[in-house]
Amino acid sequence: MPFEEISHTADWSIRVWADDLRGLLAESAQGMWMLTGTEQAEGPRVSREISLEAYDAESLLVVFLEELLYLSEFEKIVFDGFSDLVIEGEKISGIMEGSALRSMEKEIKAVTFHNLAIHESERGLEVEIVFDV
Amino acid sequence: MITLNDLTQISETEWEIPQSFRSDMRGPVRIFATRELLDHVLTDKSLEQAVNATTLPGLVGAVTVMPDMHQGYGFPIGGVAATEFPQGVISPGAIGYDINCGVRLLGSQIDFETAKPHLDILATRLNQYCPSGVGKDGMVKVSIPELDQVLRDGTKWALKNGYATKADLARTEEGGAFKGADPRKVSERAKKRGKSQIGSLGAGNHFVEVDLVQDVFDEEAASIMGLKKGHLAVQIHTGSRGLGHQVCTDYVREFQSAVRRYDIQLPDRELVCAPMDSPEGAAYLGAMRSAANFAFVNRQLLAHAARRAFEETFAGKTKNWHLHQVYDITHNMGKIEVHEIQGERIKVCVHRKGATRAFGPGAPGLPPEYQKIGQPVLVPGSMGTSSWVLVGTEDSMMRSFGSSCHGAGRMMSRSKAKKKFHGDMLRLELGDRGIHIRAGSMKGLAEEAPDAYKDVNAVVETVSQAGIARKVARLKPLAVIKG
Repeated sequence: MPFEEISHTADWSIRVWADDLRGLLAESAQGMWMLTGTEQAEGPRVSREISLEAYDAESLLVVFLEELLYLSEFEKIVFDGFSDLVIEGEKISGIMEGSALRSMEKEIKAVTFHNLAIHESERGLEVEIVFDV
Repeated sequence: MITLNDLTQISETEWEIPQSFRSDMRGPVRIFATRELLDHVLTDKSLEQAVNATTLPGLVGAVTVMPDMHQGYGFPIGGVAATEFPQGVISPGAIGYDINCGVRLLGSQIDFETAKPHLDILATRLNQYCPSGVGKDGMVKVSIPELDQVLRDGTKWALKNGYATKADLARTEEGGAFKGADPRKVSERAKKRGKSQIGSLGAGNHFVEVDLVQDVFDEEAASIMGLKKGHLAVQIHTGSRGLGHQVCTDYVREFQSAVRRYDIQLPDRELVCAPMDSPEGAAYLGAMRSAANFAFVNRQLLAHAARRAFEETFAGKTKNWHLHQVYDITHNMGKIEVHEIQGERIKVCVHRKGATRAFGPGAPGLPPEYQKIGQPVLVPGSMGTSSWVLVGTEDSMMRSFGSSCHGAGRMMSRSKAKKKFHGDMLRLELGDRGIHIRAGSMKGLAEEAPDAYKDVNAVVETVSQAGIARKVARLKPLAVIKG
């Protein structure tokens, strides 16, 4: 798992790393689903086209994760397949895949910008994300 | 990390980080804590976050932190910061995602001995009528135009629709309706989330709790509030649900570019802000107040559901089963208030995040019966421990922008709590102590274990000793409903 939970007094925090920005967004999503205890139902996979634009790479990460949370809340679909997504500048677009939501143990109120800074490390790109719960 | 050596001790319960600690500070940090509570604080990043909060443009006086403080995101939980109105900034992250998260206290004339045989069925009914848990819809269905009325009118909407009494509104902060709410500044996505969740508790640390008034420390104040030793009371702790979360999310995102437009330098992107007299700042004020009105209505609807549960449980078993409102307060909000700073009365926006307004006797906006005693301050404890009813003081007006603590304050991470405690065992232990638990998630229950929090009694003793609040009554939990 290219992510790990970091201790936080009241909220949730994870450290994520990946080779590139697309991978970082994808692994951040996996970390988020792990924290929320999300389970997918068995059944056919669902595809969805997305196109999101943000202010910079960090904002794009926040916008992307919030979109996934919104889709899980309203359409009851958990998206976890992002290999066809393309990032150009501060825009992410393409087709993502997911499955129906079976259950979610905990809810995330928001993906925060607290000390959010994507940086290069020996593991590629790395970021720490704090979720308000 | 900030250490004890960086702090100046003012008194046994007050400490300061001087403005000279870091060059970008616009004021000092004032900490209300005993040495023992301070030791907890120094183990996380709450004081670093308080120092960061002093960089907000237009800051007036000190950033003040309460003894229940703990690390948050951007701004510490338990923090209070005032910025000059209107040229100073408003920072959504310094108010929090759960806009107008707050507490409502209802009192009763039902004595414990009468209630005791019926507490289990009462807990079941409360759990049935108060929707809670992840992804649960609210108890009423509203259209978007109706939701706009909720956002604009707050609990006046609830009164008009039979969910509230005039007495409820009179005993709610701001009468349950913030003026200046502008539903047009709330996004469609936020409204969509709010529409389905209005009248729901949510999850996490939110709860409905039946309590026993265990001790009374100020008979006069308790009597005015309608609280009597040995009688039941109900606390409701929740906020603006997904609507408020989305409002904050939308504006934190939008303000990422606003800070560049206004050339505002900040040490943490979660503190992004905009001048209140800018179009961006004005829009957030309108949206924040709308979300706050939603939260007032949310708690009102849950109070309505609690009254139904009480009526079905106690009608015919006792003469008066009614629940009267003691007060409803917000502990996550930005409010325009006038405060005296160095002898000068200044209009400011007081950001309170995990801090409660604690206005003293005679303060404007209090209902007539509370003018003499000061505003009720509601301090819920951790699950299974005491909660407190306090009142604000003249001192709080002078020393903490009329603010006090809001709870016990977390000290153990959720991941550690989940490893250390087991929800089912905890439920049994609390049951052995006569506390009826209804919880949607055992893991969620474990995260909220009492030992994951500071001692609420120590927190209350600190604000009491410091003089920024006065003790009125202590409540003991009898039944807890959690998502």
